[in-house]
Amino acid sequence: MAKDTTRRSFIKAGFAAGAGLAAGQASAAGDPLITETQDWNQQLGFGVDERPYGIPSEFQKHVKRRSVPWLTADPISSINFTPLHELDGIITPNGLCFERHHGGAAEYDPASHRLMINGLVDEELVFTMEDIMRFPRENHVYFLECAANTGMEWRGAQLNGCQFTHGMIHNVMYTGIPLRLILKEAGVKADGKWLLAEGADASGMTRSIPMEKALDDCLVAFKMNGEALRPEQGYPLRLVVPGWEGNMWIKWLRRLEVGDQPWHHREETSKYTDLLEDGNARRFTWVMDAKSVITNPSPQAPITHGPGPTVLTGVAWSGHGTIPQVDVTIDGGKNWHKARISGPSLDKSMHRFYYEFDWDGSELLLQSRAHDSTGYVQPTKDELRAIRGTNSIYHNNGIQTWYVNKEGVAENVEIS
Amino acid sequence: MLKFLKILIAVSFITSPVFASSLGLGRTATQDEVAAWNTDIRPDGIGLPVGGGSVIDGEEIFVEKCASCHGDFGEAVDRWPVLAGGDGTLSDDRPVKTVGSYWPYLSTVFDYVGRAMPFGNARSLSNDEVYALVAYILYVNDTVDDEEFILSNENFLSIAQENVDGFYMDDRPQVEYSKFIREACMSNCKETVQITARAAVVDVTPEETAAAATAETAVANAETEDVAALDAELVAAGTKVFKKCKSCHKVGEGAKNGVGPHLNGIFDRAAGSNEGFKYSKAMKAEAEAGLIWDEANLRAFITKPKAMIKKTKMSFPGLKKEADMNAIIEYLKSISQ
Repeated sequence: MAKDTTRRSFIKAGFAAGAGLAAGQASAAGDPLITETQDWNQQLGFGVDERPYGIPSEFQKHVKRRSVPWLTADPISSINFTPLHELDGIITPNGLCFERHHGGAAEYDPASHRLMINGLVDEELVFTMEDIMRFPRENHVYFLECAANTGMEWRGAQLNGCQFTHGMIHNVMYTGIPLRLILKEAGVKADGKWLLAEGADASGMTRSIPMEKALDDCLVAFKMNGEALRPEQGYPLRLVVPGWEGNMWIKWLRRLEVGDQPWHHREETSKYTDLLEDGNARRFTWVMDAKSVITNPSPQAPITHGPGPTVLTGVAWSGHGTIPQVDVTIDGGKNWHKARISGPSLDKSMHRFYYEFDWDGSELLLQSRAHDSTGYVQPTKDELRAIRGTNSIYHNNGIQTWYVNKEGVAENVEIS
Repeated sequence: MLKFLKILIAVSFITSPVFASSLGLGRTATQDEVAAWNTDIRPDGIGLPVGGGSVIDGEEIFVEKCASCHGDFGEAVDRWPVLAGGDGTLSDDRPVKTVGSYWPYLSTVFDYVGRAMPFGNARSLSNDEVYALVAYILYVNDTVDDEEFILSNENFLSIAQENVDGFYMDDRPQVEYSKFIREACMSNCKETVQITARAAVVDVTPEETAAAATAETAVANAETEDVAALDAELVAAGTKVFKKCKSCHKVGEGAKNGVGPHLNGIFDRAAGSNEGFKYSKAMKAEAEAGLIWDEANLRAFITKPKAMIKKTKMSFPGLKKEADMNAIIEYLKSISQ
């Protein structure tokens, strides 16, 4: 395969193969990949240290974050999307975790990083990264979902690909310090009910967080999936706010201020508030409700093998807890089937589900529906729009539909 | 919210014994350190610095430092945020959410401008400049109508935002969870299903074509050949320094004018000659006088833009380090071959 082969031509090639001789099928003399000696059977591969920091196979170049250029004015204050249709299991590889910056991704020496605690505390403190590394650590797997994930789909089906409709999410294992241990060092005063977290980057991102959440399960993290945070994820230090909208997970975390009231800064007033039909807006809509999406088949990952045994898979998550059940329909919601969940079922983490079926080659309308541990069942987009109107945009956790035609090509649609 | 507060109180009782001990990590912050970082502003005015600025002063600063993205009157260029107008549109089909129509608190504007603006040169404005800019934003939103108006820490809290009562606490637990915590239908749930909307009709999904991929490779190859004649190490260093510039100046195949003009072929080019870019009057005058962006002029301009061309729109303060300057010059040469 030529090096510049794109995903699209790869898909086309797949169809061509499907129409003629299926890949791996033997001719009379047998498959030449078996009957003839191949280069890699004979010649030596690359040695150790040739790729001292390992990289994916060159045949995986189509697996990458992608952006939607018309969404934002500038790539410095912008967003891209995790290629969910290329992944499996529950962990997102660090290099594929979607990026959202407001002033570019700051990159600086961790020796120059400081974390300050000020405000309503017994003692205002400054920590170096060396200090941070002396606190007791914890490991937790959490999803991080942007409040705007699936926002472009609010008014109707718009983007063809689960990367674009649902890719503002990632799920990694964090190593970090419970935030309450760091706050304890400074001593929160009795009227300290709110926390302002602030980033060190050029956007100086700030969010107000209620003290109840800060003392509950928030982490100050320095590792993701075992290695240092990537620069685009806030290296050397970020806040982890499990189950709550991604914007609150302040990257390049440099300051925590304790106060008696919220600050009502830009990202919690002008942005990330939900404008409803009557012109009033919900604020402090922090928790990300239960949601799921079928990642395969999907518009970027059509069925190329024709009728027969077919694997349907996807991911589900909830900011309220775990996902004990995911239902799947292939007929647009007339009948639902319990999907099989495989892999760990962790609090506020992605869950992986599968539904294997024998495709008869007819048209499909695919949907998934998550149930979370509170008993909440993922609603349809129409049910949400009936409550919120058409201007809400953020926090869209409605059911996604993919239409699959007889050729196996999938499209983003809405159904009655 | 009341229930939430009760939980808060309960939590503080539970956790208070834990607060009795500490690890003794970190050190006491000095007053100067806290003052340097603790610049956030709250709706009740806590954090507002002493100072003030007028609408007229604000207009001058705005046109110079903000208008290239936000437009002269806050109407915005391209997809940059609209700052003015949208009055009474919040329940319309296409609401226009601006500082005037949507933002509930003026303190948010002061805080945000002070910490994050201008884009690419954050935290460079004086407190008086921020007061003046906020005054101008009030003026273009018709919140104040006197251009002599001076906004200061004294009168700041007397200015009310129109949409201050337009927000309420998340009510999903009452309005939504009560509906969606339910049994789910598993079979014969509906009789017919119809497709009501299709993404293919909208057709806004980004496409990657083989042609685009080939063009990218061609550009990459061309660049490799060109930079061979230059000091590659210096060009690489210049690429890093250029991060300071690239939020406003685009380079490379298909680069378009943004906040600033694109810089393809900038080296030895006549000033103000980039078609379609709206140059400042000052830059146009220099262009007419025959200014050429040769090495000496580029060095002089990038060192301190406003020292060379006083009324230039470029808000960048200048490169201080000689090494950075040498690198950026080599980089600009590399993208001009």
